[in-house]
Amino acid sequence: MDWIDGGSVMQSIRGQNLLSLSELSKEAIVEVLDIAESFVEVNQRTIKKVPALKGKVVASLFFEESTRTRLSFETAAKRLSADVLSLAIASSSVKKGESLRDTIATVDALGIDAVILRHASSGAAEQVSRYVPHVRVINAGDGQHQHPTQGLLDAFTIRQTLAARRGLNSSETGAELFVGLKILIVGDIRHSRVARSDIAAYRSLGAEVMVAGPPTLLPQSVAQWGVTHAENFEEALRWADVVGLLRLQRERGTGSFVPTLNEYTATYGLTEERAALLKPEALVMHPGPMNRGIEIDSKVADGPQAIIERQVSNGVPVRMAVLYLSMAGLGGSK
Amino acid sequence: MNQNQLRQDHASGLAFFAKSELLSGQDVERALKRMAHEIIEKNGTLEDLVLVALQRGGAKFGERLQELLSEIAGLGVPLGLLDVSFYRDDLEQRPVPNSAETTIPTSLEDKTVILVDDVLFTGRTVRAALNALSDWGRPHVVQLAVMVDRGHRELPIRPDFIGKNLPTSMDEAIVATVEGVWIGSMVAQ
Repeated sequence: MDWIDGGSVMQSIRGQNLLSLSELSKEAIVEVLDIAESFVEVNQRTIKKVPALKGKVVASLFFEESTRTRLSFETAAKRLSADVLSLAIASSSVKKGESLRDTIATVDALGIDAVILRHASSGAAEQVSRYVPHVRVINAGDGQHQHPTQGLLDAFTIRQTLAARRGLNSSETGAELFVGLKILIVGDIRHSRVARSDIAAYRSLGAEVMVAGPPTLLPQSVAQWGVTHAENFEEALRWADVVGLLRLQRERGTGSFVPTLNEYTATYGLTEERAALLKPEALVMHPGPMNRGIEIDSKVADGPQAIIERQVSNGVPVRMAVLYLSMAGLGGSK
Repeated sequence: MNQNQLRQDHASGLAFFAKSELLSGQDVERALKRMAHEIIEKNGTLEDLVLVALQRGGAKFGERLQELLSEIAGLGVPLGLLDVSFYRDDLEQRPVPNSAETTIPTSLEDKTVILVDDVLFTGRTVRAALNALSDWGRPHVVQLAVMVDRGHRELPIRPDFIGKNLPTSMDEAIVATVEGVWIGSMVAQ
């Protein structure tokens, strides 16, 4: 199934839910990136905490396992001084068969201001936003649909890296570093919510996006996404300024779409030989967790072109910016 | 800035429309010189002094005060920049401000900190700044220097060094820069 969001475009996420990046304008994305720059500085202080969301309660509901997204969201909320209710699904009533709606109602009854939701079903975050319209909903990954904060932090990491190389202050560059930037996304596009969010962010910001992967792992509607499809993977690697690798998601049944993992590595893995085709200044990204030796060679993952660790460390400031903007009031100025 | 020039506030979608000039650039410069002398007079020595200018309006005043103190006393005083957006208590009521750079060049532990801002109004920005400062240490003393005090305080906060006292009404707006001070109103764009 394909998930293409359409319709309204938000100019800012101030006071809004963050469900999908497809509905955000370029200005809305740049605003998040700029505010995140301020939070990078906050994260370098001795006291890495500001009182912006003091007294707010944020529920962190992860119905699917996660390490970095959950940790960085909860760290972000705490650094903004919000109280965090964290539900460990494995030891909760969800295991007794409680429905999503009832779980949300229970958490809401405790008095919450925002929900960070990860769920295996596409559209779960939007569903929850209808159950609790007075609560801000931040999508932390819903099935194969979207993972908006990953798209934002990937865009943030690219902008930060390119700006630093050129000696620019990245918060003054807006979207200009993305104009004409050639970004190649490789792997399981079909099952990847990261790919959908990345593509939406990169295209809004003005980049050219190409996808590569086994035909069985490309959605049929890929042409409607405004991206091109690589005919020749090696050529595409030479073309790219940025290569974003995706994880082979065995839990979403990717295994049955490729004959063997070895064959995937042989045709689409970023091996050392293939990495040698990249432009010297090209960047290599991966949203984690990596299957080392399958979609990316260990040496490439730890090599000089990889900015994978930066993606992880940028998770906190970008998620702080999202929480801060989303939970801010819309009231008139004084 | 000429009289009819609009100053935009992107966060609120409002723009400043200047009605009249209250101080010229020269008046502002004279006031800053006097404030620099008052700072030296009050503190005796410039050692342990740190200027912390509030973003964004206070930044230029902080720079100019730093230059004047160095000209008058021949001693460099460190200048920090502080953005208090994340320390405000009115996130619910007003649009999110666009945050700016914060750089505090030195520990503030046991220092004499002089907060510098353009306009003192309700005192909420200064309250947020006091809150923020404590994250960089415990200053010995904190003093406040503002170019314009326009009244209408909502908190028990009082400036130590004032460029100009300007009684205003609540619905008026004041813009103070090193090039001059204007009174006017905020209008929707």
